[in-house]
Amino acid sequence: MLLKQLSELNSVSGNEKSVRDFIISEIKDYVEDVRIDKIGNIIAYKKGKVTEPKIMVSAHMDEVGLLINQIDSEGLLGFTLVGDIDSRILISKPVIVGDKSILGVIGAKPIHLQKSEERKKSIDYDALYIDIGCTNKEEAQKLVKLGDYVCFQSEFREFGDNLLKGKALDNRAGCEVLIDTIKSDTDRSFYAVFSVMKEIGIFGGEPATYSINPDINIILDSSLEQNKLGHGPILSFMEKGAFFSSEMTKRIIQMSKDKNIPHQLCGFDSDRSDACKMQTSGTGTKTLKVSIPCKYRRSAVTVINKEDLKNAKTLLKELLNDIGGK
Amino acid sequence: MNKLKDFLEDLSNSCGVSGYEEDISKLVIDYFDEYCDESYSDQMYNTVCVKKGDNNTDNIKIMLAAHIDEIGLMIKDIDEDGFIHFATIGGFDPRVLLYQEVTIHGEESVYGLIIPDKDLAKNQEKEKALGIDDLKIDTGYSEEKIKELANIGDVITIKRELMTLENERVCGKSLDDRAGVAMMYECAKELMQLRHQADVFFVGTVQEEVGTRGAMTSSFSINPDIGIAIDVSFGYTPELSKNRTLVVGEGSGLTIGGNIHPKLRDHMVKVGEEYNIPFQYEIDPGPTGTDARAIQITREGIPTLLLSIPLKYMHTSTELISLKDIKSSAKLLARFISSITKDNLEEILCY
Repeated sequence: MLLKQLSELNSVSGNEKSVRDFIISEIKDYVEDVRIDKIGNIIAYKKGKVTEPKIMVSAHMDEVGLLINQIDSEGLLGFTLVGDIDSRILISKPVIVGDKSILGVIGAKPIHLQKSEERKKSIDYDALYIDIGCTNKEEAQKLVKLGDYVCFQSEFREFGDNLLKGKALDNRAGCEVLIDTIKSDTDRSFYAVFSVMKEIGIFGGEPATYSINPDINIILDSSLEQNKLGHGPILSFMEKGAFFSSEMTKRIIQMSKDKNIPHQLCGFDSDRSDACKMQTSGTGTKTLKVSIPCKYRRSAVTVINKEDLKNAKTLLKELLNDIGGK
Repeated sequence: MNKLKDFLEDLSNSCGVSGYEEDISKLVIDYFDEYCDESYSDQMYNTVCVKKGDNNTDNIKIMLAAHIDEIGLMIKDIDEDGFIHFATIGGFDPRVLLYQEVTIHGEESVYGLIIPDKDLAKNQEKEKALGIDDLKIDTGYSEEKIKELANIGDVITIKRELMTLENERVCGKSLDDRAGVAMMYECAKELMQLRHQADVFFVGTVQEEVGTRGAMTSSFSINPDIGIAIDVSFGYTPELSKNRTLVVGEGSGLTIGGNIHPKLRDHMVKVGEEYNIPFQYEIDPGPTGTDARAIQITREGIPTLLLSIPLKYMHTSTELISLKDIKSSAKLLARFISSITKDNLEEILCY
């Protein structure tokens, strides 16, 4: 399964090389042109017969993680957070450190030696460290260097009723939908952008939008808000920092109804996508967002529903056709 | 011959929550059979594997005890959305549970995730730790479906495969005290190469985490001349005091304190020094929090020792130990057992 491979690639925000290389190898035979821009975004052009209006579809490919900022005298590794991670999710988790994929764990003080007040407080990340089994600095430095990125270790799997669990399904699920659409047969030309550095402050997508300067921008991301898994992709009207094109949103809702594609609506989405930056890039773009419902985002165990993923693929293909395709 | 790490991996990945040790008991017997003359599990699933001594009649008895149980969770309630609410069995810091993957041991094994009761992003009190009641388990099934697969009272373990780190260190969910069981296993192998007069009882005790209950009954029924508990103790990490911890990789801790027979301990020290086997001292004046406390006061009293493997991050699902400590202490144990004879026992124990 493509999503399994995407999920298990380690590509923390600012270090997207492995997922980028993988995506390019997947799509290069299906696009007219593919390039990496100056900050690491993938920009691909899928050529069809219909070229106007100019459409861009984007999905961010980075994930949250950790970054090594200290190797101490006992061989333990200090770290900072990359992206909006709640420190409470870190304790007692296995991690993978750096390009050499060194296994490590984030341990915690034994309960037996804690005072009762200690147990009521969460432990901030700067009091935690990664243990890779080394006993001194020199030993650790042979395996790890400052600035190494750290991913959670989490195996992709199915569970429950139709659910998929893995790390970084926010937003590798969006990446899979976009890859699938690139590989499909369509008359519609579009630009595909796999953006970098969304998780560290919605950063990477803006230059890609500027260089393409699209008329319409469809953002594929993950969110949940009050919506539920298994009820179809989420179509939002606005989110923190962005107002989606009401014209486009109405159009996609009507189309989904007409074609019986399950979907759910979200008035205000407090989870941000690349939209706030992309929408106002250059002279502005009609922007809309299609989200795959995703639970437990920014943990190592993100969860989506298989049907939602399938319906998001159908929705995107139909939407491209609807805007002047076959 | 099974390798130490493979055995420990099999043990650590298996489930045996306190009070539910039947499966792990069978596993232990399967492995020990190769080195023992007889084996059985008792009414409580205390698992006893006996390696007979040289004489075969009226032998002295040495009992080794490592507990086979582990801390775990239990289903308390299943709510209308299908979420499982749980209680803890043994001492858990709730802070280690968030977003762990778990196995629910129901009608069949069911996979689940421990999730916060309320959306973490909307919970602004980030300094506050989540308690057990702030957590629940998502199995991805509806109430109706999950109730077909699991019931109130089913036990739950954290899903964690043994991981190998640098320096022969491994990390897993229940190395407290499967590492101790592995030390007994290595000791049984060592004893294949040595002569020993004593009958050696390798006992995988149950319900240690809920009050050293299996050690009480198994030592009562075996009634050994010497009891040696093998457990884990706090490995040094920067947030802990050096005085109260052992250093991982420098040999097991040999306890000094009231729970331990002083003369017997002196003898073990002598054996360790004679064979140049590394060990550390652990200072604990009172009854220790291990099977040794139960063994010592069984029947008319039993001379007891305690060997503890240094373990970091105790009672998390990432307990970390060094295989070197298991190997070296298994040698120490075997040499010690081999050195005890019917003739010298009385002298060794004499106050």
